Amino acid sequence: MTAAARAGRSSKITRNAGSYLLLVVLAGVVLFPVYMTLVRALSTPVKYINAGSPPYPVAVQWDVFQRAYREAGLGPQMVRSLVATLIIVGGQVVTSVLAAYAFVYLRFPFKRIVFGVFMATLMLPLEVTLIGNVETMRSLKWFDSFQGLTAPFLATAFGTFLIRQGMLGIPREIRDAARLDGYGHLAFLRRFAIPLIRPVLGSFVLISFLGAWNQYLWPRAITDRRSFDTVQIGIADLLSSRPESANIAVAGALIAAAPIIVLLIFFQRHIVRGLTAGAVKG
Amino acid sequence: MSVADSVGTATAAPAEVTVDASEPVGGGRHRVKEGLLAAAFLLPSTVIFVTFFYRPFFKLFDYGLYRNNASGTNQRYVGITQYRQVLTSHDFTEGLANSGKYVLFTVPAGLVLGTLLAVTANRKLRGIKFFQTVFSSTVATSVAVASVIFYVLINPQVGVFQVDWLANPHLALFAVSLSSMWQNLGLSFVIVLAGLQAIPEEVLEAATLDGFGPVRRFLRVTLPLLSPVLMFLIVVLTVFAFQAFAQIDILTQGGPTAGDTETLVYKIFQMQSPGKIGAGSVLALGLFGVTLFVTLVQFLILDKRVHYGN
Repeated sequence: MTAAARAGRSSKITRNAGSYLLLVVLAGVVLFPVYMTLVRALSTPVKYINAGSPPYPVAVQWDVFQRAYREAGLGPQMVRSLVATLIIVGGQVVTSVLAAYAFVYLRFPFKRIVFGVFMATLMLPLEVTLIGNVETMRSLKWFDSFQGLTAPFLATAFGTFLIRQGMLGIPREIRDAARLDGYGHLAFLRRFAIPLIRPVLGSFVLISFLGAWNQYLWPRAITDRRSFDTVQIGIADLLSSRPESANIAVAGALIAAAPIIVLLIFFQRHIVRGLTAGAVKG
Repeated sequence: MSVADSVGTATAAPAEVTVDASEPVGGGRHRVKEGLLAAAFLLPSTVIFVTFFYRPFFKLFDYGLYRNNASGTNQRYVGITQYRQVLTSHDFTEGLANSGKYVLFTVPAGLVLGTLLAVTANRKLRGIKFFQTVFSSTVATSVAVASVIFYVLINPQVGVFQVDWLANPHLALFAVSLSSMWQNLGLSFVIVLAGLQAIPEEVLEAATLDGFGPVRRFLRVTLPLLSPVLMFLIVVLTVFAFQAFAQIDILTQGGPTAGDTETLVYKIFQMQSPGKIGAGSVLALGLFGVTLFVTLVQFLILDKRVHYGN
């Protein structure tokens, strides 16, 4: 190895060391709130405060997660959240795929206007329509029910847009060849279009799951605390009803986040692609 | 409101490229059949959009004309008066001011921190994937989880840091916004990183050959090329800030003294009881108008300063 090459390598190592240092510091900043929360969850509350809130657990109680799960009724809440989430995700996939297919492959009058009307729903977030939707639920008597939790979210302009973009990426030749082979629209949709947009569909399913599982405003508005809580409402409720046992609430919060964290670890690439759709062209 | 929906709000904004793969073949009967199929495919979404988006939205205009008694059994027509009263009321201006402050606290922070994380993690190093996962991890936390975490961190009585920010009328909203700043890190990072990775390497190499140092290259080349993505991020974060609700519901319930941390959405939430629907509907229309206005202004102002390539 020449002296110059050696010098180049060692300067690269120092430069990398600097990069790693910065990365570690930033990772520490991002994870610090979670770490301290974990410390607080595991510590016996009064002893921890009396010890001056140190950055490590005091008088560790490992059963705090079990207690959050059992005492706080996190089990039924998780099941309720999961059922509602699966209904929403399934519904959104079906309605969005069908609508996207119509916009891409079918001819019908006023297509551009219909597409505009669909996309304009993005300007009508739940925060704006909340009062009207709660009134609808009141007249349908859908408070504290799965249909109430899910119905308003069974269609989405975002999903329709994303899946339409995916279908527009299918080469025209494939459609032409399938047509020559005698495939009708339903067969083409099932045998070609859906398999070909599987990556887009995968991203969409994950994003949709994330959104549905993490909902707060709507379940808070139309479910009664206790009787039909989703897990997100449950952990908030736990905190407000017993602030002194914040350690249990926070253990509950970590349990509530666990399914999504697992998804993120396994499907990071797909989630990121879904989240950044629209931010970057191509 | 979910991440996806809000991201979608900004997604739909770029100019629509009309590409259409439907075929101009077949005679009249064929076309009717195709039209019917299209109607069947569009029906499920249409039913949902009409029932849970358009109908409740247009209902707001109607509700706003009436004043109800507390149980909602008796309503009285008051007409446009209620619009004038509510939109000039202390409730509306206070909610708007708090929502505006929330935007000022969280949007610049999200831009700066997201860019810092993305630039740091956009390197070819061993183990970089691990750091990228850590930086994006807060996208997995819900608003409720983030709020519980910050409750435990900064609650005056039981928090890890027993600061009195949440109990201080002047600091409470900022303290609440800390949870959003942290929660937004993941999404901001992911979006800016995608933008950085879309910049062609040749462009950066060319800049280096032209004698640009790392700082000058970042300011003069990277940042302008990144501007459409940053603009997208500004819109997304602004929409998030205007929708802030769970943080306030969990951390302060609008307090410490009533109203201190009540954003527009928090006020709207409190007005769903039958007796307050009229005034609440006007507030909701106010929120709609304000977000529409802010989004449009962002596009008009920022669009001129944004570099879109070719």
